[in-house]
Amino acid sequence: MTDIATYNFAYLDEQTKRMIRRAILKGIAIPGYQVPFASREMPMPYGWGTGGVQVTASIIGPDDVLKVIDQGADDTTNAVSIRAFFRKVANVAVTTDTASATIIQTRHRIPEHPLAAGQVLVFQVPIPEPLRFLEPRETETRKMHALEEYGLMHVKLYEDIARHGRIATTYAYPVKVEGRYVMDPSPTPKFDNPKMHRSPALQLFGAGREKRIYALPPFTDVVSLDFEDHPFEVQTFDQPCALCGAENVYLDEVILDDHGGHMFVCSDTDHCEKRRADPASPLWEGRAGGAGAGDQAATPATPIPALRADPPHEGEGKEAQ
Amino acid sequence: MTDEPLLRVSALSKFYGSRVGCENITFDLWPGEVLAIVGESGSGKTTLLNCLSTRLLPSSGTASYRMRDGQWRELYRMSEAERRFLMRTDWGFVHQNPADGLRMTVSAGANVGERLMAVGDRHYGNIRATAVDWLSRVEIDEDRIDDEPRSFSGGMRQRLQIARNLVTGPRLVFMDEPTGGLDVSVQARLLDLLRGLVTDLGLAAIVVTHDLAVARLLSQRMMVMKDGHVVESGLTDRVLDDPRAPYTQLLVSSILQV
Repeated sequence: MTDIATYNFAYLDEQTKRMIRRAILKGIAIPGYQVPFASREMPMPYGWGTGGVQVTASIIGPDDVLKVIDQGADDTTNAVSIRAFFRKVANVAVTTDTASATIIQTRHRIPEHPLAAGQVLVFQVPIPEPLRFLEPRETETRKMHALEEYGLMHVKLYEDIARHGRIATTYAYPVKVEGRYVMDPSPTPKFDNPKMHRSPALQLFGAGREKRIYALPPFTDVVSLDFEDHPFEVQTFDQPCALCGAENVYLDEVILDDHGGHMFVCSDTDHCEKRRADPASPLWEGRAGGAGAGDQAATPATPIPALRADPPHEGEGKEAQ
Repeated sequence: MTDEPLLRVSALSKFYGSRVGCENITFDLWPGEVLAIVGESGSGKTTLLNCLSTRLLPSSGTASYRMRDGQWRELYRMSEAERRFLMRTDWGFVHQNPADGLRMTVSAGANVGERLMAVGDRHYGNIRATAVDWLSRVEIDEDRIDDEPRSFSGGMRQRLQIARNLVTGPRLVFMDEPTGGLDVSVQARLLDLLRGLVTDLGLAAIVVTHDLAVARLLSQRMMVMKDGHVVESGLTDRVLDDPRAPYTQLLVSSILQV
């Protein structure tokens, strides 16, 4: 792309990035508060992460290392396209390794590998307003946030228990931030809610279509709402990951054939691949079921397909840091 | 009853541009008293009710409310947060159309429990038990607790709306045509229920109605409005049996006799 006009660094023009950074700073100053911003058209459809991409574009620098995940996976369409996008418009290094990334843009998962101070997690948010489906009026929901009228949020949880006998909300599970704002943690599974609590990493949320940015500064209290007699619980899985044997991680169901064959594997592909590459690593001790390595032998009855069938795409080798 | 009123309204007026909504309304409301505001359509009853319940800000005049701690507060000087808190704890508002006052897409139990959760109740079992109790008090079967009000009849919806408002034990309830749109037998049951609840709980209520029978049954005192002004006020029985203002005489003589 030498002859054609080049994009500004990270696609957005400097004034736009400045505007988004101001929104981000305001969001960090008021944890959990939804800051309106002038969301731009991006070269991708709404719903594909235009909010997250704008946030990433505004904070990324030439020295950053970017990781993009989609439902925990590094190799799905959304993740691959956004990664390619930033390699093209910002010429930054990209990686699939959680630990070595400085910015992780994510759609609906928080990596299993614990995040460290200095890392930034950017969420793509479809509907930032946790009260939306209970109260359709934006003027009213804003007033409710301003006056801290959150009784309605519990009405939703009440309905869950009345209908299902337990809180059946499994994703976009509402949280209270620093004892003040009720926030939608984006459609992450509630499994990841506890990871947001007092995380050393900065967490930014961008909603492109809804034109809202909000943030959780490092070490912010994030408490999932619940009832005294129906406390918050995360999902549990009966079996460990069928590929790496990890326990206490979030699993995806993979359909294997047309005859009902299926298996549960790690949703976080990076975590799963690393565990399989080095099952003996002390890194797995004490988390994600340290015993997982020993369970390797317990292969499921159904044959395990290669995790990915497509050949490595162009330039993928260069991703290694 | 105490010596002090619950609500003091003084020279309250509301203008819509140059048109009069209601003008120069002054009255006191005592605890446990039911006041009916009657008059024809467009006489300013609902404007007055909306002003009193702070859903609408008046053009001039004051209204003071005696809080639970005995302090007098001027309603239109309170912050919005305080007014909304008052609205969902110490007050109730029963709409003519139950759909305006209910959340039609959540269950009856959640409708009743919402106010409890709004004031910080976080125990599912207790909330549900209170909801069951209140549904039985308004004669709704316990097994309808998980049904949405959409599946309820008009009379049931109205009773549910009343339960939803009374669950926090308010001291003052505003009612806008609570029996409007219901057939007469359902009206009779609802009135009977309301009368019982108001007496049992010692509620003060301001009931807006165009139906003089509702005023007769529920209220101790009434105000007759016409064109935004109070033309006559006094004890309900006195006003209905011995109307003095020509308009009240017309109103009373307009009642159909069966």
